[in-house]
Amino acid sequence: MNLFPLKVRGAMTARRGKILVGPVDLDLLGVGITVVMGPNGSGKTTLLRLLHGAARLTSGQIEWACDETQARRNQAFVFQRPVMLRRTVLENLIYPLQMRGVSRALATEQANDWSVRVGLEKMLSRNATTLSGGEQQKLALARAMMIKPRLLFLDEPTAALDGRAMREIETVILAARAQGTQLILSTHDLGQGRRLADEALFMLHGRVHEHASASDFFDAPETVQAQAFLRGDIVE
Amino acid sequence: MRRVFVALVLMVWAGTATAQETMRLAVTTSFHNSGLADVLLPVIADDLGLEVQLLIVGTGQALKLGQAGDVDAILVHSRAAEEAFVSGGYGPHRTEIMYNDFVVIGPESDPATVGNASTASEALKAIARSQAAFVSRGDDSGTHKKELALWHDAGQGADGFGPWYNAVGAGMGAALNTASGLGAYILSDRASWLNFGNKGDLALLFSGDPVLFNQYAYLPVSAELHSHVKSDLAAQLEAWLIGPKAAELINAYSIGGETLFTFNAKP
Amino acid sequence: MGDLWAGLSEAFRLLVTLDGDLVEITLRSLQVTLSALVIGSVIALPLAAFLAVRRFRWRRSVIAVLNALMGLPPVVVGLVVYVILSRSGPFGVLGLLFTPVAMIIAQVIIIVPLIASIAHQSLRDLWSDYHDLLISMNVTQGQKMRTLLWDARRALLTASLAGFGRAIGEVGAIMIVGGNIENATRVLTTAIALETGKGDFALALGLGIILVGLAITVNLCIHWLSRTEQEGRW
Repeated sequence: MNLFPLKVRGAMTARRGKILVGPVDLDLLGVGITVVMGPNGSGKTTLLRLLHGAARLTSGQIEWACDETQARRNQAFVFQRPVMLRRTVLENLIYPLQMRGVSRALATEQANDWSVRVGLEKMLSRNATTLSGGEQQKLALARAMMIKPRLLFLDEPTAALDGRAMREIETVILAARAQGTQLILSTHDLGQGRRLADEALFMLHGRVHEHASASDFFDAPETVQAQAFLRGDIVE
Repeated sequence: MRRVFVALVLMVWAGTATAQETMRLAVTTSFHNSGLADVLLPVIADDLGLEVQLLIVGTGQALKLGQAGDVDAILVHSRAAEEAFVSGGYGPHRTEIMYNDFVVIGPESDPATVGNASTASEALKAIARSQAAFVSRGDDSGTHKKELALWHDAGQGADGFGPWYNAVGAGMGAALNTASGLGAYILSDRASWLNFGNKGDLALLFSGDPVLFNQYAYLPVSAELHSHVKSDLAAQLEAWLIGPKAAELINAYSIGGETLFTFNAKP
Repeated sequence: MGDLWAGLSEAFRLLVTLDGDLVEITLRSLQVTLSALVIGSVIALPLAAFLAVRRFRWRRSVIAVLNALMGLPPVVVGLVVYVILSRSGPFGVLGLLFTPVAMIIAQVIIIVPLIASIAHQSLRDLWSDYHDLLISMNVTQGQKMRTLLWDARRALLTASLAGFGRAIGEVGAIMIVGGNIENATRVLTTAIALETGKGDFALALGLGIILVGLAITVNLCIHWLSRTEQEGRW
């Protein structure tokens, strides 16, 4: 199942007449990790939601290489503030597979596997709402990976986490990339961008201001705003 | 946990099966308040294998239930209304069973000096004159109809009465309760009065006038009009009610040594 | 006052000796109200979940109507059910009037709006939490409803118990449609009304004590349940 290449043409999402993001023209080939960066309010979250289908496309097209239903089935999204089901950690993990008709036994096996990978194996019977922020985000990430998505969106996944949790999450992200999952990740942390990106998108005022490979973007940004941003200046 | 739950469920729903035939009889509150039903029903169940379910309502509602076919027979005490019921085709006939009498109850102190009256008419006029508190059934029942008829005969129109006249729209027991609470006069059937448990300051002040005669009759509901009605069971009950055993039980029924009803069915 | 004491002591005697009438009436009360509770919950809870997750044009009006129906006077419900079930009414042929089934029907009508409104509040709150995740996961509408219903089960139980409390103390509607027939449709509340009317306070008080006991127990359960919800247990 190939989702890529993704062709986005004139895509726009607006609310009550105000354009939140767009128009956006984009060709994504799905090269490992695509990092979306930009100052706060530039529309990073909205772009991710738009591509995922969670935000309404008010004009333009988003074309995956396969049909839309298939595309939706093979994606997952990790939110900035993780949404925990009011159940145990284990039940959270097996939920996506159960919704797809997988038997509880089989789902539990995979859940055990993933819980080890994210270091939550000792907390399987704890209520997920009692976990710390970092633990919840790891759970959300593992839960997203349970359906073996071809594409994983992560919206500022470590924004609220401490250094150790951040490192653990990034490790899992890199491992996922190594396994062949494509990732589109937004962040306002330059260091994280540099560490993880294979491809970079720089957003400004709801539009894609620059789009380049990681090395090109970080070493030689083309636009003035990108340069300012990378310097650490405030970009308006 | 599950077993406890199942046990609870069984406990709550156990014992709901019944083996007997059942029929529904609408009776007046006066009849029920006399307590006679508690004597008759078990014997009927034994003799006929019949469980009679009593709906205790005012005569007006009993007649309505009979008309609608929601019951199989009615036992009421308002001759005019009963004859209208039969002539209207709602019931094939009416069968007289027994009678008792109405009495005037009031506070022991008797402010309206009802005790000195020689006829029911005089008693009521005295109450109206003194404007002493009076409680009326006000529910279109046999007792209520009787009361209105008596006011009419005494030359008084119940519509024009002042606040001393309280129409409660309730059964005999509830009305007696209110009278007890208000220290008011009230027209009651003797049986309900004797069986009433909350007499307080009330006492029986006037009785014996023939016009206070109170005839109870049994009317089966028309099977022609309502095919679902259990007319054979209603007929069985009717036959029993005019039979010798019923006569014995009714004539023997007493409270505090006073017999309440006189059996007068013609077999 | 002497009456009251005499009544109370007689009431305790009836309770302690498990007087036959008392037990029979209490069991019937439980039968009717618990049946109404189960049926009412089966109708109201999925309805509440449906209203929480589906967006359709009249959703707001339906919710407003549901909230308004909570204020429906029970005795009016009784009157309407009576007219409908009477032999001269549209469903008279079923012969349900003056049976426990009619009482259950009336009580179901009374408590469904209550249970649905309370449940809907909780489910709506939960849905606002889960919304992003479940939409992203592409689950079906049915799955959304089932997930909400399961995860909010404590709050839903509270809603149901509120319905129970309303139903067990109701007297107007079930008096009208049940007829308060001895050994057939007499329950705690209607028996209390009858016995009080006859001036027999002992039995009435005994029944009243049981009724109050039941109501208090239910309310305590609601209280205990909402505490466990806050502490995140089960």
